[in-house]
This record gives sequence, C-alpha cells and structure tokens, in this order.
Amino acid sequence: MAKIIAGIGTSHTPAIGAAVDNGKTGEPYWTPVFQGYEPSKKWMAETKPDVAIVVYNDHVNAFDFKIIPTFGLGCAAEFPIADEGWGARPVPAVQGYPELAAHMVQSLVLDEFDMTIVNEMQLDHGLTVPLTLLYGQPKAWPVRVIPLAVNVVQYPAPTGNRCFQLGKAIKRAVESWDEDLRVVIFGTGGMSHQIQGPRAGLINKQFDTAFLDGLTSDPERLAHIPPLEYLRDAGAEAIELVMWLIMRGALGSRVREVHRFYHVPASSTAVGHIILEVA
Amino acid sequence: MSKKPEEYEDIPGTWVFDAERARKGYHLNAFFYSLMSAANRAEFLADERKYLEKFPMTEAQRDAVIKRAWNTLLELGGVSYAVVKLAFTDKKSYQHMASKMAGVTESEYVNMMLAGGRSPDGWRSKSEKQG
Repeated sequence: MAKIIAGIGTSHTPAIGAAVDNGKTGEPYWTPVFQGYEPSKKWMAETKPDVAIVVYNDHVNAFDFKIIPTFGLGCAAEFPIADEGWGARPVPAVQGYPELAAHMVQSLVLDEFDMTIVNEMQLDHGLTVPLTLLYGQPKAWPVRVIPLAVNVVQYPAPTGNRCFQLGKAIKRAVESWDEDLRVVIFGTGGMSHQIQGPRAGLINKQFDTAFLDGLTSDPERLAHIPPLEYLRDAGAEAIELVMWLIMRGALGSRVREVHRFYHVPASSTAVGHIILEVA
Repeated sequence: MSKKPEEYEDIPGTWVFDAERARKGYHLNAFFYSLMSAANRAEFLADERKYLEKFPMTEAQRDAVIKRAWNTLLELGGVSYAVVKLAFTDKKSYQHMASKMAGVTESEYVNMMLAGGRSPDGWRSKSEKQG
C-alpha cells in the first residue's frame, strides 16, 4: 500500500531559485536562508521518498486567463520548465507518475472533489523552488512528482477548510493505491507577504508563528481562518498558505514536527518552512 | 443590479485581483502572458506601441504599460504575477517592481525588508491608515 509519511511546508519565493541558479547562495543576504534548509536536505536525503505530491500555485505561467482551474492535478509523464519572462530556470524537467495521478483523479472525483485533469503543463518557480530547497542541484530529480496546482491568483482561492478536506481525500486516494510507495506531500507558498501596491512588503511574524504552531496543535483552527484575514493581516499574497492546509490534511490527525525554519526576508517574503512526520 | 462592495476593498494600498478586475484586465494580462517568449520580449522592446496594438486593451492600459506605471496597471486589472513579466522584460526584479509600487527607492525597500518588513499595524483598513 502507498503511504503518506511526511509533509513539508515551504515558501517558494522565486528569488531563492534565482540565488541558486546564479551562484549567490554564499552571499550574506542569502546565507541564513540556505543554512535554514541544510537539515531539510539531510532529512530528504535520508528519507528518500518515492513520490512527492507538490501542492503549489501557478503564477500565470502554465495557465493564462483562458482557463483557471481551482484544483488541477498534473497527470503527465514529464513536465517541462516554464520561461517566466527571464528564461527557464536551469533545472531538470520533472518526471511525473501518470498511473498514480490518474488513480488519484478517479478516487478524488468519486470522493466528491472535482479535480481538473491537466495532461500538459509547464512548471514554474512555485514547484521548482521547493524541489531546489530540498534536493539542491541534481542532474535529475530523484523523485517522481505529482503536481497539484491551486488557483490563488484570481480571488477567491478555495477556502482553507476546502483545502484541508481535500488533503484528507488525498490521503484516502494514496492509501488505496496497491503499491508499496513512500509518499511525501509539499504545501508551498507564503508565508506573510504582499508584492503589489503601496502596501508591498507587508510581513506579519506573529501571524506566521501562530500558523506554524497551529499545524501541529490545532489545524482545525487554521482551516477556519477566513480569506479576508489572510489578505488583511498577512498580505495579499499570503492567501497561498491555504495550500499548506492541503498538505496538513493529508497527514492524518497526529504529526510530529521534526524541523522548523523562519526568516525575513527573501525579496518581499517571510520564508517559512516546516517538516512534519506522520506520528 | 450590482454586487455589494467587498470587505477586502477596505484594505489600503491593495488591489485584490477578483473576477471584476480580471474581466477588465483580460487583454492587458494576455499581453503580459505573451512576454514568456524571448522572441516576443524582443519584438515588444523594439516597438512597444506597435506591439501593444495587437492586444485589444484600452488606451489607458497601453499608456500605463509604456510608462511602467505599476500601480495603475494593478488598478486597470493587471495581476502582479502577470505584471512582473514586464519588469522581467526590462531585466528588473520583483523587488524593483515592488519598491516602485511602494513609492520608495529599491535600497530603501530592501532595508525595510531587512528590518523585518512593513508592519500590518496601520495598514489593516483605510480608516486605520488615515487615523
């Protein structure tokens, strides 16, 4: 049986990817960020999951405005890297797991989560930066990836509770796949940040700390944070944090925090990171 | 018939990209999306006005693109994730665009972020901002 063994919450700030791609990780600005992920890379190298479900949002790269899926599950065998406007990141293409993704679509739809099936999709920094942070710069990613793209670009994003419930359904979908696989799930984006308008640069450490604490102590509370609270208190782009709740929902009731990191800033963003193992 | 004002409209210095802004900004955002290819970026930079004529957007939207009037682009229906492709086309960063939107120099912006970022205090509602 396939089993979800751990969840990883992490920001996916594009500037972090650019720092790696341009050899700037040793600069004083960036050193603290990458130091914070050293234990995570070690954890990942020891854990060696077979599959990673990566919950992320596309930033107007795979999806223009012709079609905007609220939940899009990537079912391709391979996903190319997008040119977001400055050339594609020099990272390997991402290998999918079409058989498991197709099973997940079937299981989720019959479980009343109406996924959009995505058979071709270019991946942007929302997915590749988390892989870089956890795996470094390999020639090929040592894991098969199932991308789950969530609309957080056009308001409204799905609610925190909808995301949390979807996570629970993903756990049921994975556990009904009859192959011994060790699966991890990433929830990406956030934490507090705003990258638009005169209020750009907003950071709310108190909000972020409470969110990180709540992932173990009271995820139900987090699931009921209304959209307005994210926008108003943690910045217009902090709504990305609902994607962490999909990750948390997929882990079941009991989790153990094995690593946490928080740092301001990376560009305009509070970098937050947590690793939760299923207890 | 029209809908009631949304609560998020009371957040100062912020344009939440909702269905109505997406409707107004549809062709503007299609232009930004086109900047995902190097050939299109070069064609745009060679003759901006001519390139913009390919997209049935308003003249106000075209002017805001040419002037790099970043906040106006948000107000006219651009979404920041798409708008930033124009900054990238200019070989500028997200941080550059954000500093312009915030009305400060890039180094002032970087220093604000290094000091912990902008506090939400005073920025939660328009009345709190004025008071």
